[in-house]
Amino acid sequence: MAESKMMLGNEAIARGAYEAGVKVSAAYPGTPSTEISENLVQYDEIYAEWSPNEKVAVEVASGASISGVRSMACMKHVGLNVASDPLYTMSYIGVKGGMVLVVADDPGMYSSQNEQDTRMIGRASMVPVLEPSDSTEAKEYMKYAFDLSEKYDTPMILRTTTRLAHSQGPVALEERVEPIDIPYERDIAKHVMMPAMAIKRHLVVEDRLNRMADDATDMKLPSGIALNRAEYGDNKIGFITCGIAYQYIKEVMPEASVLKLGLVNPLPLNLIKEFAAKVDRLIIFEELEPVIEEQVKALGIKCEGKDLFTRQGEYSANMLREKVLGLKLDIEEAEKVAPRPPILCPGCPHRSVYSVLNKLKIHAAGDIGCYTLGAVAPLSVVDTTICMGSSISSLHGMEKAKGKDYIKNWVAVIGDSTFLHTGVNSLMNMVYNKATGTVIILDNSTTGMTGHQDHAATGKTLKGEPTYAINLYNLCKSMGIENVYEVNAFDIAELESVIKREQERDEVSVIITKSPCVLLKGQVFPDKCVPIPEKCKKCGACLRPGCPALTRNEDGTISIDDTMCNACGLCMQLCKFEAIKKEAK
Amino acid sequence: MATTNIMIVGVGGQGTLLTSRILGKLALAAGYDVKISEVHGMSQRGGSVVTYVRYGDKVAEPIVEEGQADVLIAFERLEALRYLHFVKKDGTVIVNDQRMDPISVVTGQAEYPEGIIETLKSRRKTMVVDAMSIAKSIGSPKSFNVVVLGASAKSMDYTKDQWIEVIKNTVPPKTIDKNLEAFEAGYSL
Repeated sequence: MAESKMMLGNEAIARGAYEAGVKVSAAYPGTPSTEISENLVQYDEIYAEWSPNEKVAVEVASGASISGVRSMACMKHVGLNVASDPLYTMSYIGVKGGMVLVVADDPGMYSSQNEQDTRMIGRASMVPVLEPSDSTEAKEYMKYAFDLSEKYDTPMILRTTTRLAHSQGPVALEERVEPIDIPYERDIAKHVMMPAMAIKRHLVVEDRLNRMADDATDMKLPSGIALNRAEYGDNKIGFITCGIAYQYIKEVMPEASVLKLGLVNPLPLNLIKEFAAKVDRLIIFEELEPVIEEQVKALGIKCEGKDLFTRQGEYSANMLREKVLGLKLDIEEAEKVAPRPPILCPGCPHRSVYSVLNKLKIHAAGDIGCYTLGAVAPLSVVDTTICMGSSISSLHGMEKAKGKDYIKNWVAVIGDSTFLHTGVNSLMNMVYNKATGTVIILDNSTTGMTGHQDHAATGKTLKGEPTYAINLYNLCKSMGIENVYEVNAFDIAELESVIKREQERDEVSVIITKSPCVLLKGQVFPDKCVPIPEKCKKCGACLRPGCPALTRNEDGTISIDDTMCNACGLCMQLCKFEAIKKEAK
Repeated sequence: MATTNIMIVGVGGQGTLLTSRILGKLALAAGYDVKISEVHGMSQRGGSVVTYVRYGDKVAEPIVEEGQADVLIAFERLEALRYLHFVKKDGTVIVNDQRMDPISVVTGQAEYPEGIIETLKSRRKTMVVDAMSIAKSIGSPKSFNVVVLGASAKSMDYTKDQWIEVIKNTVPPKTIDKNLEAFEAGYSL
């Protein structure tokens, strides 16, 4: 028997890519997709990179495919929005070597700004979508996606969700199969999408989808299991489902009839008609949008779906017990205890910068990263968060709407990785269109929130090799910005004076606050901060930025947890009475 | 065998992932089907985190739902209370006797509840472990989570040798001795 290993959905996808003979992978980190690329690193046969954003990643994969090798790109759901430009046209171009985009949706928004459903983008771009239900399937579907991609001459999307991406299950390991190298042939009718060619390719795309929908009834995975599988049992209730939702049905109603769809775009309509005819009550059980339900209804088939189940968040077995079986569940009420939302870590440089902005009563147009947490108390600095790179451009929009004085108490805050992702375009726009705003690049030398991935300014590739590091200061200067300053993120006196000065200036300014993320490996923190209770005036100034290492004692003095503290010194600087000192740990 | 449902809860950074992975490997090595569900991303930054481990003959869903947990392993008191309603009436709670204030408590917007241990004990079979003191006493405060795991071992049906084997294969090589010592300390409670 093949060796079995516990694998995250994402790990299994990486393994599937390896076994399928993938040569090139490109990605930008994004929860819950990040671990795919991190797991590709172990395979020397695969070139894998972090690209600055998802559009670039999909274009890298596109070029690799056109050159004749199997390629992939990975991203979270909102990353596909960034990459939708190449996606929609690669749908017309098709592939030489198979090409798969792995796109991870986040129902329940564990780490995202919206809850969009990638199946809808698959429909809109006319790109076929596969959706596995566990780690075992994740690996097999990944391999099969490449077969379909080449057979039907189309890019494929493998859609996952957080629950699948971050769940582990046993996966059997198989050998890598090296695909035959496809020689390049010039073919402008297929590879150059200008109107005359694209008009013809659009017809090809439509035909391709129709053929796939017809063939879908008989599609079989490499293991011989049907991709779209009708499991007939008790015919009183029949479910049509896909992805992780299938598992909840198997948990609660293993005897029910289920049509489990592996291909979720285009839908195998013939199979659906056949299944619907055999069951008394048809229920569509799909997380997020009613993608299957609306298409089933369009066939004139009566079914239930979103009238029973929500469009929001994740599904569960208990949902079925209540809504379908009508069970009254004996569940105790949850204790109403203090919530514990995520917070900036002790020693986080963002806290230091935000403590200055908070003191100066400055509003921040925010961006995507750990620093979004600066929206909530006690820092309460970030006022807006839309999408990657939007801090700079939305600040610009405010200025153009209300004038330069309106943004005198505003800044844009953006992380180093996010700046290189799309923020740099927005900064160019400020320079070009005569803006006067202040941009703070919170440079912590990593992509923090997703778990510390390298990027174009860190000097290291995804594979850990040393490389050229883009210098953010020089980059900003090269755009013609005169006022670019680098400040230590923990020097709050200097930060305050630079921010005040640049706010007054009627020109674009960039302040790069520098200090590595405290969780970055390889750092040593030999010291800790220690309170001196006899000097403490109990004013609470040190507690204001909300460092989790600090707590107030009953007598009003403070304690500092020495397992958490790494002596960033922010509390020391905020204390006017020298009642906190640094000591060796 | 019916599926066994285990939940591990704590504060982001306390090592719930390592713990669930040890439990997952243990179940796989013992020949069970097993699924684990983890939390990555934003919640890991000091937030409330929960991971699920389910093993048995055939496991479908990867999560443990309200009222279904056989064992709740909690690395922090308040988190044990937060997830108590997930535990079956005849289930077991193993709680690390540690208090970590959420930001809402630090800033005075909420209170840290008094008498959590008593509440836990009055509602479920509860084992309280002072894991941090034990871990510090063996000179390895970071291994407190393995102390808790050791204490929970008797609530699951694996031999001690099975546990030791999997811990050896899971923790970083340099930390094997300390982690085995931490496991033993918890196991012998």
